[in-house]
Amino acid sequence: MTTHFIVHDARDTVGVVVVEDVKPGQRLEGWVMEGDKTIYVDALDAVPLGHKIALQDIKNGDTIIKYGNDIGRAVADIGKGRHVHVHNVKTKRW
Amino acid sequence: MARTPARNGRDLGFQGYRRPNGRVGIRNHVIILPLDDLSNAACEAVANNIKGTIALPHAYGRLQFGKDLELHFRTLIGTGANPNVAAVVVIGIEPGWTKRVVDGIAKTGKPVEGFSIEGNGDINTIAKASRTAKEFLHWASELQREECYINELWVSCKCGESDTTSGLASNPTVGNLIDKIDPLGATTCFGETSELTGAEMICAQRAATKEVAEKFLATWRAYNDMINRHKTNDLSESQPTKGNIAGGLTTIEEKAFGNFQKIGRNTKFIDVLKPAEAPSKGPGLYFMDTSSAAAECVTLQAAGGFVVHLFPTGQGNVIGNPIEPVIKLTANPRTAREMSEHIDLDVSGILRREMTLDEAGDRLIDIMIRTCNGRLTAAEALGHREFVLTKLYQSA
Repeated sequence: MTTHFIVHDARDTVGVVVVEDVKPGQRLEGWVMEGDKTIYVDALDAVPLGHKIALQDIKNGDTIIKYGNDIGRAVADIGKGRHVHVHNVKTKRW
Repeated sequence: MARTPARNGRDLGFQGYRRPNGRVGIRNHVIILPLDDLSNAACEAVANNIKGTIALPHAYGRLQFGKDLELHFRTLIGTGANPNVAAVVVIGIEPGWTKRVVDGIAKTGKPVEGFSIEGNGDINTIAKASRTAKEFLHWASELQREECYINELWVSCKCGESDTTSGLASNPTVGNLIDKIDPLGATTCFGETSELTGAEMICAQRAATKEVAEKFLATWRAYNDMINRHKTNDLSESQPTKGNIAGGLTTIEEKAFGNFQKIGRNTKFIDVLKPAEAPSKGPGLYFMDTSSAAAECVTLQAAGGFVVHLFPTGQGNVIGNPIEPVIKLTANPRTAREMSEHIDLDVSGILRREMTLDEAGDRLIDIMIRTCNGRLTAAEALGHREFVLTKLYQSA
């Protein structure tokens, strides 16, 4: 079985794609490292290697959780399975 | 955390150079060190004359003052004092500050001699300094490696052109190594003050005492205040860099939590060092106040006395250092494939679940010990010698 994405912490709202060829519509298998669980998400975007995918629907203004911690805020609504990056997430610092 | 049972200080022996001050080096360089920018040409000429010596040209050393000048001297003296350096020739434009650097290095007991250019000219200075460099090189070339132990090894770490694979696997691999060698009495160091922004409170919880935590937070706040004074935007494309963003890192907070994986899960840091300051509280993990730019940070850690560097990269930062070997590891399968000549250890198997973090940590220990024994790093083989001084503010 291929692990398509990895999640640091069970509380995380995003996962990291770790393969090079994720396509829209593809069913992805994910490994949640903390607790060693398997989850599935249907990709809605072509998410590049190393980029994040939303594990749930995220609303504009919501805090993004990764490593079980706050890594910034959504600046647009982000649907589950969408690409999460600088176009829809900003820092809360600086 | 699981620990390989056979590991102990004796098992992790290596062949190093024991210097007169008791510190242990893993390289045996004779360096030609300029006091200032004006002396670069003479230093490079000496290094060209005497094969096997290396010049360390840099951009500064004139009209600096205050804390910035203190840092300049601390960095140059620390570089010369580093146990990877057997002997030093210092060249400066004038004798006064040249002597200050020579005297600082001489406290280690290693051979060091200074030359100055005013009143002599480049050519006479180069001739005299070349003769001394040749003597130093002959002497150094007969020094022998001897058995040393992990509790004599000073290891620094800093990541570069990170991406999300750094936080997932290559940084935790360094953390796994730190957690394994800390109980064996190694001296270790992490830095990158701005790159803990967002994770600074979590990092403070890893300080060994309340006082160290407060010292860390005061250091982080001062750096963050400096950024806030000078910033013109949210630093996107600077911190995180363009390369970080291309690799999937979105915010400084995300980058910080990834960065922070390098200190492992258990190890506490026992002190906060100024840039280029040598540890003075014995074995353990230290935080050093540094820029997050790779060459600046490693130059400061080498000046602090660290002799081997662990450098996880995501997108493929190619940095080296003239005196401190930089071991590169990556978990990014594309970087491992497309930039393989820069990578000493590929841990992308962690992402494919073919390798555990514990195994990756053991492999990193193995390549670190082999590097200590003399194996050249990819950066050494490729001639990467980035020596970049940190400047705190404009010269007078």
